[in-house]
Amino acid sequence: MARAARAPMSDRTKAERKLGMMLCAPAAVVMVLVTGYPILYAIWLSLHRSDLRFPNNTAWIGLDNYITVLSANLWWKDLFHTVVLTALSVSFELVFGMLLALAMHRAIFGRGLIRTSALVPYGIVTVVAAFAWRLAFSKADGGFVPAVLHLQDDPLITTWSTYLTAVAAEVWKTTPFMALLLLAGLALVPDDLHEAAKVDGASAWQRFWKITIPLMKPTILVALLFRTLDAFRIFDTVQVLSNGSNRSLETVSQLGYNTLLTRLNLGLGSAVSVLVFVCVLIIAGLYVLFLGKGLAEQGGGR
Amino acid sequence: MTLDRRRIFGWGAAEAVIVVAALFPVLWLLSLSLKTPDTVNDGRLLPKSFSFKNYSSIFDQDIFTSALRNSIGIALISTVIAVILASMAAYAIARLEFPGKRLLLGASLAIAMFPPVSIVGPLYNMWRHLGLYDTWPGLIIPYMTFTLPLAIFVLSAFFREIPWELEQAAQMDGATPLQAFRKVILPLAAPGVFTTAILVFIYAWNDFIFALSLTSTTNAQTVPPAIQSFTGVSQFTAPTGAIAAAAIIVTIPIVVMVLLFQRRIVAGLTAGAVKG
Repeated sequence: MARAARAPMSDRTKAERKLGMMLCAPAAVVMVLVTGYPILYAIWLSLHRSDLRFPNNTAWIGLDNYITVLSANLWWKDLFHTVVLTALSVSFELVFGMLLALAMHRAIFGRGLIRTSALVPYGIVTVVAAFAWRLAFSKADGGFVPAVLHLQDDPLITTWSTYLTAVAAEVWKTTPFMALLLLAGLALVPDDLHEAAKVDGASAWQRFWKITIPLMKPTILVALLFRTLDAFRIFDTVQVLSNGSNRSLETVSQLGYNTLLTRLNLGLGSAVSVLVFVCVLIIAGLYVLFLGKGLAEQGGGR
Repeated sequence: MTLDRRRIFGWGAAEAVIVVAALFPVLWLLSLSLKTPDTVNDGRLLPKSFSFKNYSSIFDQDIFTSALRNSIGIALISTVIAVILASMAAYAIARLEFPGKRLLLGASLAIAMFPPVSIVGPLYNMWRHLGLYDTWPGLIIPYMTFTLPLAIFVLSAFFREIPWELEQAAQMDGATPLQAFRKVILPLAAPGVFTTAILVFIYAWNDFIFALSLTSTTNAQTVPPAIQSFTGVSQFTAPTGAIAAAAIIVTIPIVVMVLLFQRRIVAGLTAGAVKG
């Protein structure tokens, strides 16, 4: 259809083009104004000395803010926390999400029940979910976990158990979303392929790895892309679990937020924000590369 | 026969695990919220004695009632605006040929992946100068922006499925364009629009970082950051029960929506995903 527009334009096509652009304009303008402009402003701020506590002392300082951030231990430590949290939660989510998707797809009864209960973690406010986990694990808040396990130390003070709690909270909250994305892919796998393989004597395990997974590869990559980018931005869960003070779990979003809005250093904070943005671009770029390859192998995709 | 029974038993067990895993944290919050203030820290799974004190106490706190009002108002207004803007764009994407279509879809995808922390600093500074800091529009604007991509994707997926020829058919049968739109197209488009509205509402209801950065008082602060400020007070008086009660209250609308519209939510999410 798009190719037909090569011929000289009729009044009708002209009117259609105009209407199309007019209908999209409000959404486009809003998106550009509210994300495009601020990100440029953030880049501009990141190249300046700009501290709200000293509003008169602003100056162009080039890449100094970036040098300060990148040579600080804190940035690398927080980046490490973020990467570990992202990798752990996304891998667990993929496994559990796949199991949940298979259950939703194949259950012989009670599909509505699974779907309804799985949507509760998806819909629940992240801060609320994080509180549920914090109030369960924190000894100080009277959680049942330390009481049941007779723990001496508060799990939310020791670093590794704080990590585990954060990962558990994230995985619990987002596995249903992952499962729903994967479910859409599962529905695209034709049943007759499975039937044919069954006739040829393939076990359920073989069919899963040889038929379902290869056919679902694009869906899996898209789901992983969405979730990785989302997990990398993790803020709410960590903020609640660390109660804003325990820095053993601090992520790059926390670092950006704290520098910007607690210490009010717009220059340094914006440098952190821009770096987070660049990380997201890199992750997205890597996936698109893989995705492009996956689609090419499939012969152009769906 | 035995095989079938084993399968039924296996599925039953698997489903029980899923349901318990999905609901347990919420039930724990519910149990906490029903404990009496002096037993709230006892670490027991179930309350020794039940009380609704936590609920009555949070509704006496101005910080909670105004936060609830702000959350509801801001989420509803953001939803209405985002759905209107997205419907216009999605209609154009689904039905019309025009330059810049791919650009718009690409830009939407980029924004869907955008880290909010990258713009809270600039927005904070801009809002202070524009007088939008700590106001309803100050939150409505970022919410509708960040939900537009999802809304556009889901709606254009739905709109593509609508048999638009019916509109012309109705007009041939003598309906006016307005009647054709109201009686034929609107009922067909409504489920998609409604689904999108639910997803947008969940996003706005859920947000924490914008609300934390761009509001500070009962003027516009929504529930998620307000729950945080219960903790601020808590260093001396453990408000665990109050937090749990507030958490349960903001979870109720979500549970109701999920119970009523689970089919739609699933359809919306998967439609958005396949197109994305």
